Order: sequence, then structure tokens, then C-alpha cells
Amino acid sequence: MVMDSLIKRYSYTITRNDFVTAGKSSSDIKGNLKAIGIDAKTIRKIAIISYEAEMNIVIHSMGGKLHCDIYEEKIVIVCEDEGPGIPDIDKAMTEGFSTAPENVRELGFGAGMGLPNIKRYSDEFKISSSDNGTIIVVTVLI
Amino acid sequence: MKNFELAKKLDLESLLEIDKDIKVEGVYVGDLLSVVMSKAKADYIWITIQTHINVMAVAELLDISCIIVVENMEVEADTLQKARELGIPIFKSRESAYQVACKLNNMGIK
Repeated sequence: MVMDSLIKRYSYTITRNDFVTAGKSSSDIKGNLKAIGIDAKTIRKIAIISYEAEMNIVIHSMGGKLHCDIYEEKIVIVCEDEGPGIPDIDKAMTEGFSTAPENVRELGFGAGMGLPNIKRYSDEFKISSSDNGTIIVVTVLI
Repeated sequence: MKNFELAKKLDLESLLEIDKDIKVEGVYVGDLLSVVMSKAKADYIWITIQTHINVMAVAELLDISCIIVVENMEVEADTLQKARELGIPIFKSRESAYQVACKLNNMGIK
């Protein structure tokens, strides 16, 4: 079997509580995928995944990184933050469960759909979390 | 349909002075951004009461055709600025989401 090798990595730094520029990384990823000729259906999936991952870092973490890795046959979104970690991953994966504060919910965030949406639109979903941070690796096949 | 035609038919205030053809593949009503992200699609009209700038990030990522802000909610200046940059028409209505949706339905948009 031939190993799928990394063609290109796009990386972004996401700042905690920055609701004004939030979404910019996802928008940039979308533009890059469009430019290299990825189909609209796959772009939509990646846009949803990267937006939710980006907003999770903004709302729930101390800040972190978002990467979009392009391979021949798949796109992988890697999201790593600096903590404080998710105490109960099963609960966080439940649709409608949210720990977002009230002021953030008023802006339309915190629907409790972030992680469930990421999983729904992915072909492979991995999550691990500790006090030091959460890492999410999401694969979408092209 | 031109954006000013849509504004006239639905009695909307156009918040951007842009001339644009609006494709309408469907309509989605929603205020929770993650739910909109998952359900609305390209060339949809999005009806909402949210006016925060992040609304434009969602609209851009989904290729939303236009946004109708209902209940006469005040749209923030930076949201308008972003809409202008992205060329996404944004309208305001005094009516409710339900009333605007009914009018779109009467226009034959299902």
C-alpha cells in the first residue's frame, strides 16, 4: 500500500475570545480549497468542520492552532488548543449540551452542536483531551 | 432576482447600496449559528435576528445569497462593513421571521 503523503499544510493561530475575526481561518481554508479545485460538497464539509473547530477554540480554550492538511485523497483538519481540556467528552459530544457562557449564547453561539457537527461531516473523527489541551483530528475523504 | 426587487416585494430596507442578482435555492430561518451552519446551503436566503459580525463569517462560508434581519434589529456597523467587503446583500424587516418566510412562500420560494 502506498502511503498518502502530505502535499500542503495551512496553519492558523486562533485567539481566545476573539469573536470579531473568528471565522477568518475557515474562510481562508475555503478559499485555498476552492483554488486547488476541490469540489463544492467537500468544501462545504470542511467549512463546517473548520468553523466549528475554530469557534470551539475561541469560546472554550485559552487559544490554539488550526491546521488544514491536504493529501492526495483526503483533507485533514487538526485542531489543538492550550487547555483547559474537556472534562467529559461523551457529554460534549451530545447534541444540545453546551458549557458556553450566557453572553456568548446571546450572539448565537453555544448551540451545543459544535462537536456533533464536526463528527457528522467527517469520515474519521478523533478527539483526545487533558488539562493541557484538546486535540481533534478530522478526516474528510476527497 | 435583483436585490432591490426582493426588497420591494418583501418590503425590506436594503442596508447596502449594492446591485446584485440574488439566486434563491432555498430559505433558512435560524439564530443559532452552528445549526444554521449545518442546515443552510449555498444560495439560500437566511432569515435571522442575529446581527453580530460573525453572522457574515457563516454567510460567507456557506455562500448564502443574502441575509434578512427581522424584528427591526439594529445591525452593527462592523457587520455592515463586512457585508460590503464580501458583497453579500443584507436587508432589514420590521416583520417577524415567520411573516417574512410566509411572504417568500407566497412568492413561490419553497
